[in-house]
Amino acid sequence: MRDAVDYISRHRVAAVVLFLIAFPWLMPYEALAINILIFGLFAVGFNLLFGYTGMLSFGHAAFLGSGSYFAGMAVVHGSWPWYAAIAAGTLGATAIGLLMGLLAIRARGIYFSMVTLALAQCVYYIFYQADRWTGGENGLRGVKVSAIKLFGVELNFVDPLTKYYIVLAFVALALWFVSRVLASPFGAVIETVRENERRSAACGYDVARTKLVVFVLSAAICGLAGTLRALHLSVVPIDSLHYLTSGHAVMMCLLGGMGTFFGPFVGAAVFLYLEDVVTTWTKHWMLVVGTVFIVFVLFFPRGIWGSILHWVRRGDA
Amino acid sequence: MSTTRISLSRRKVLLGAAAAATSPFWFNIARAQGAPIRIGFPVPLTGPFSSDAQDQVRAAEVAVKEFNDGGGFRGRMAELLVRDDKLNAGEAATRTLELVEKDKVNFVVGSLSAAVQLSVNSVTKERKIIYNSISQSDAINEVKDWSPYTFHEALNPHITAGAVGRYAFKRFGKRVAFLTADYAFGHEMVRGFQRAGKEFGVETLADVRHPLGAADYSAFLPRIQALKPDILFFCNFGRDLLNSVKQATEFGLKSNTKFVAPVLLYSARSAGGPEPFEGVIGGTSFYWRMEDTVPSAKAFNDKFRKAHGGAVPSDYGALGYGGVRTVLEAVRIAGSTDSDKVSLAMRQLKYDYYKGPQYYRGCDHQSVQSILIIESKSKNMKDKNDVFDIVASEPPDEKYLRSCAELGHKA
Amino acid sequence: MGEITLNLLLLQTIAGVALGAIFVLLAIGLSLIFGMLGVVNFAHGAFFMLGAYAGVYFYGLTGNFWFSLLLVPLTVGAVGLAVERVLVRPLYGRGLDYPLLLTFGLSYVLVEAIRIQFGVEGYQMGTPAALRGAVDIGIGHFPTYRLFLIGATAAIVLALWLFIEKTRFGLIIRAGAQDPEIVRILGIDIGRVWLLVFALGIAIAGLSGILAAPTRAVTPEMGIPVLVESFVVTVVGGMGSLAGAVVAGLLVGIVYSLTSLFAPEMAEMSIFVLMALVLLVRPQGLFGRTGVFG
Repeated sequence: MRDAVDYISRHRVAAVVLFLIAFPWLMPYEALAINILIFGLFAVGFNLLFGYTGMLSFGHAAFLGSGSYFAGMAVVHGSWPWYAAIAAGTLGATAIGLLMGLLAIRARGIYFSMVTLALAQCVYYIFYQADRWTGGENGLRGVKVSAIKLFGVELNFVDPLTKYYIVLAFVALALWFVSRVLASPFGAVIETVRENERRSAACGYDVARTKLVVFVLSAAICGLAGTLRALHLSVVPIDSLHYLTSGHAVMMCLLGGMGTFFGPFVGAAVFLYLEDVVTTWTKHWMLVVGTVFIVFVLFFPRGIWGSILHWVRRGDA
Repeated sequence: MSTTRISLSRRKVLLGAAAAATSPFWFNIARAQGAPIRIGFPVPLTGPFSSDAQDQVRAAEVAVKEFNDGGGFRGRMAELLVRDDKLNAGEAATRTLELVEKDKVNFVVGSLSAAVQLSVNSVTKERKIIYNSISQSDAINEVKDWSPYTFHEALNPHITAGAVGRYAFKRFGKRVAFLTADYAFGHEMVRGFQRAGKEFGVETLADVRHPLGAADYSAFLPRIQALKPDILFFCNFGRDLLNSVKQATEFGLKSNTKFVAPVLLYSARSAGGPEPFEGVIGGTSFYWRMEDTVPSAKAFNDKFRKAHGGAVPSDYGALGYGGVRTVLEAVRIAGSTDSDKVSLAMRQLKYDYYKGPQYYRGCDHQSVQSILIIESKSKNMKDKNDVFDIVASEPPDEKYLRSCAELGHKA
Repeated sequence: MGEITLNLLLLQTIAGVALGAIFVLLAIGLSLIFGMLGVVNFAHGAFFMLGAYAGVYFYGLTGNFWFSLLLVPLTVGAVGLAVERVLVRPLYGRGLDYPLLLTFGLSYVLVEAIRIQFGVEGYQMGTPAALRGAVDIGIGHFPTYRLFLIGATAAIVLALWLFIEKTRFGLIIRAGAQDPEIVRILGIDIGRVWLLVFALGIAIAGLSGILAAPTRAVTPEMGIPVLVESFVVTVVGGMGSLAGAVVAGLLVGIVYSLTSLFAPEMAEMSIFVLMALVLLVRPQGLFGRTGVFG
């Protein structure tokens, strides 16, 4: 059992992608599965900063949202092709991440969290007020991508299953990238910053620069998730930028397992699937979510995936 | 390659599992003759407007039952698939995708906020599904959002503000101020009022914007107090209206100024009670007491009372009924559930289902209908539902709408 | 635009002070809990909401506002006691994030519990008869109740200050914030101190809820924007500082109010801009330091 898990851990991206290829057959409808892909990626991007580097940001909605908006505006106002829109969205979110990071990195602990919250709310208001471009409170509508031409083959993006696999292709790429980063020497430095900043600096690592790089990478991943969301829903709702969306990232990471590669994805899947299912039985979804969350914080702080990994590996030193 | 090594038995298990999980491809079988006519109904069942949403559902159910009791359409019965959009545009898009892709609905009717209806519309129009919107929005008539499959049963801010404005300017004065929620609905109301005010020579003293959903209005009221306008227009909705009216009263504004709101929501008034809204004037598309003068309103109210234990429908509830019934009638007339044919039938529909004569304007599918001016009352209430007096009404007339050209539609 | 007279500016500033009063009370509670326990209480807005609902309930039951004003902090404080004992205590020592996350989940539970018990429509709490109407304060009419709010907050802050500075328990609190180890060595049960401080912070949140209730709608969601605003205030003042909470609360209220006068759409954003500016110049807040009540 442990050997199997170790094998999977070493080929974790392939394992995850294989699972995700079969995934739509497990879900009641593809739109939910696509939402899980998108928010899974969002949570993975967030986790890079939170679980691995130990920095709790309350402003990550700014990256998801701006990624959505830049991609959406490229399609709606510029009539850009889909791949240019995705690039625009990701780059735009990365730029905002760089700006926010430069300002936020100097603060520590709860102050860092609050600065990210404040800056993200500023981003929210700017997009809200620029309603000629963004649609303001009504959101940006008409992000229409119907046909995607790839290597001479025309794919129907409106068909749910086709849309799922196209989105999966991007998510898989991003996951591979994250995995490479985490497995690299840089990935090790990230974790030292989480464990003990002072000691890391004493070892000669540029802590501030490390933090900034992770912040920007995290923003880029979340921005990509945002671009995919815009294309999927064909609208960009204004609350993509709101701090409540940032809160969802935190919840999904905790539920799934912070500091693990696949954990946030599991967290996103469980969160969204439960929400879909539970809301058909009861209006009081928030009560369920809150209670589950409290239970996890008290008894399963490693999250679902983290607990599974820990249980499987518990024989190790 | 590991994939080629999946044995036959494992593939069977996978297929079995897929079949057991509600795979979307199953439902193609159901598309045979006699299949129900499915209407998707996304409304905010959770959230601050849940009581309005539930009323919309109740009224829609009345329309569906009426259709089915009348034999349906060639033996096909109508079915209402209610979903909770949580008053959230992103959630609404997901729910609409679910309704269209998984439940394979024929039509969609809903919901309650402008942002949400625009979001639903964005999804349905790309898939050529008819969507009949049952709440206020100016944007949905504009060419950018509109499609031949988009219909708008509800009023829009322009019509509403125009009617209320014309009533108010005649009677209360020319020096006006606005307390406006800072979102599209608020701005659209202000624009509507100012347009109507032009012919009366109205002077705008101030347009004070407040954040949507603000709890405390004390920061916005001193300025208005200093200006002493004849009329204060509260360009906000529901709970915001209740709060701002209450606090404006506390600041003593009511003594010199007439309070007017573009939309007086039945549920907000019922929940808020007579005191806060005393003397406030507003507009609405439907109020149940219309049954005193409009026969179709009485017929609708009676059907609603019979189905729901004597309760009367609210304003948004009635829209739920109208929105669903027009679609179903059009199916009968068109002799088909095909979107193009039904759309054509709806466009040619002249109907009087619950509030008097209505029809959909050709260029933007806006339902041309009457508008009521109502005043909240606290005395002479015959029962707990008798919360408004109807003080005036404007008949259905295209001249009150923005012109097709202005909305961007070619002639 | 209309004329911006000096009268209007003054009136607007006073409105800002009344707004700020609620911020002050909330920030004090948050700062107390953080300064003493190191806990970032994400349920603070929910307890504010709880206080408002308790106020509606007791006021409806007894018809006496003053009596309700007394009952609410006691009942909400009692809830705070239970929460600290059962939910927060197991998490001490696990790091800053866990109590934060727990209180985050708790806020969801509290909001939904209130929805289930009291419905989603919300209530309007009538202003008590003695405090109704507006007073001509020379520069214009100002609601009597909001003047009362300013006065009540000042009284509470004074009482708290006296408690912290002049009583033995207050001394323990100050010592415990500086160095919990020494306090423990001196034989004082620091756990009990933490329990009571947490309950005190929560009680103040509840009290601010009933005080705010007549000025706004009492709804289950009323605590959510308030939470973010209180964090802004607490951070601007410096987490763990009583003086900071008072100064920042008034500052934020006045900034919000004056921005509403000149550029109302920017009003909500103005407080975030303020926070970002303060933190960039002084990352620990205006009065921030590790001790309480500097």
